[in-house]
Amino acid sequence: MTMREKFLPVLSIVLAIVAIWYVAAVYLNAPFERDTAARAGTTITFSEIVPKTMFQERPVLPAPHQVIAEIWDTTVNKPITSKRSLVYHAWITLSATLVGFGIGTVLGILLAIGIVHNRAMDRSLMPWVIASQTIPILAIAPMIIVVLNAIGISGLLPKALISTYLSFFPIVVGMVKGLRSPEQIQLDLMHTYNASSAQTFWKLRWPASMPYLFTSLKVAIAISLVGAIVGELPTGAVAGLGARLLAGSYYGQTVQIWSALFMAAALAAVLVVIVGAAHTAVLKRMGARP
Amino acid sequence: MTSNLASVVSARDLGLTFETGDGPVTALTGVNLDVKKGDFVSFIGPSGCGKTTFLRVIADLEKPTAGSITVNGTTPESARENRSYGYVFQAAALYPWRTIEKNIALPLEIMGYSKAEQQARIARTLDLVNLSGFGKKFPWQLSGGMQQRASIARALAFDADLLLMDEPFGALDEIVRDHLNEQLLELWDRTNKTICFVTHSIPEAVYLSTKIVVMSPRPGRVTDIIESTLPRERPLDIRETPEFLEIASRVRDGLRAGHSYDE
Ligand SMILES: Nc1ncnc2c1ncn2[C@@H]1O[C@H](COP(=O)(O)OP(=O)(O)O)[C@@H](O)[C@H]1O
Ligand SMILES: [Mg+2]
Repeated sequence: MTMREKFLPVLSIVLAIVAIWYVAAVYLNAPFERDTAARAGTTITFSEIVPKTMFQERPVLPAPHQVIAEIWDTTVNKPITSKRSLVYHAWITLSATLVGFGIGTVLGILLAIGIVHNRAMDRSLMPWVIASQTIPILAIAPMIIVVLNAIGISGLLPKALISTYLSFFPIVVGMVKGLRSPEQIQLDLMHTYNASSAQTFWKLRWPASMPYLFTSLKVAIAISLVGAIVGELPTGAVAGLGARLLAGSYYGQTVQIWSALFMAAALAAVLVVIVGAAHTAVLKRMGARP
Repeated sequence: MTSNLASVVSARDLGLTFETGDGPVTALTGVNLDVKKGDFVSFIGPSGCGKTTFLRVIADLEKPTAGSITVNGTTPESARENRSYGYVFQAAALYPWRTIEKNIALPLEIMGYSKAEQQARIARTLDLVNLSGFGKKFPWQLSGGMQQRASIARALAFDADLLLMDEPFGALDEIVRDHLNEQLLELWDRTNKTICFVTHSIPEAVYLSTKIVVMSPRPGRVTDIIESTLPRERPLDIRETPEFLEIASRVRDGLRAGHSYDE
């Protein structure tokens, strides 16, 4: 596929979304302008309303260029150490995301190894792993934060643990499947060599599970970010993308909310792309058919 | 257990019944067989007659439910623990993430050979199966016949005197198969290994073997054991000689006899 063939569909969808967004902005922001005019005792025509809806201070739905301007202003125009820099807030959230993702990955892999090698663990653990994900994260996040605060742990770790709580699940499920993916004939081969379980693990189960691991990692990294943002909401955190979302909604700063949302989406996209690139690189080294 | 030390494989009234969901399946019953050192034994019979199962019992991949069997004078389990056989499966079963030479290195890594020794053995076995120059390729880059040769190289890489081969050429076309049969005979002649070889091709069995074990299904059992009178030295055109055809017809009769009360 050429760049052009790849690019065109994406571009046309982006354009369509932007167009719909502008129309929606006009529609949703127009009532405010009509009310303002009515209070002032004047009337206002539609063609007068349209330009005004593009530049409101607290629009119901900010126009795309307002969001872009805000993102530009809070990334490029502010030093990254400033509390008003979106890069600073993104970094706060990203660091919790990465720590949580790291712990979640290690925990998920260890649980999967236990489940695959031990029948009792398979029986006893798997239901709990699944049950853990049926509890809404919004219900459990404040409790984790409060409990950890009570024993003196605050800051990055509680948020990271919420990321862990979400991200270990796809890793466990994916890795259990991956570690069990070798065919009987491949396992029999190991048996004929009188290989130990450790050898069978490192030379067969582990490499066989790599495609499953990376597929899980892509899901896990994205929900780790969600977890870190959710972790910032109940604490009244002062920094992080979650804090920006929360502060924005307190003060009706919709432009700020939307720019934080876009930053989060961009961050998620970059993280998924990085994991995807690692996936491709590893599988290429493992001789996957191009 | 010491009854027959000269035998590489010795089975007495061997039986194996699988307990399945729809009741027991008798895969093998009353098998008596001796495989001597240096023998090339073929197992032939229709599918379901227990050929694979018998090989798997020798390899300690299945446990017999009746009778007894010794491999290299001990139990199959300790024979496996001593790494006394190489097993070639019906499918090549190469690990797709390893190159051909890394696949051959697999048993060597597991058995703790030194890096230098591994290199030497990889080179030697690749040469033995005519795959020199393909060591750095991944399995998918090789044809089916080459993959199967790589899997034979893998089974030859360590010092097992017994080679167990389960229809290794079953999925290959006749021309490739002829070629591999010739190479296998040459290899057997050069290395003096004992080979147990499963096939369902009569010419293949007669061409390769010093001993042909004819089997029949339901329940799986041995119906005839034919000692070949052909010389060790066997060019491909030996298959047109009267002696060859006579043995082939005996095998065919044996197969037919085993079948008569089924179909
Ligand atoms: N693991 C197993 N469980 C149940 N039945 C089996 C199993 N393996 C083989 N069988 C049965 O045992 C019989 C012999 O099988 P097999 O040794 O594979 O025959 P062959 O290799 O001669 O075709 C067949 O009826 C087969 O269905
Ligand atoms: Mg079979």
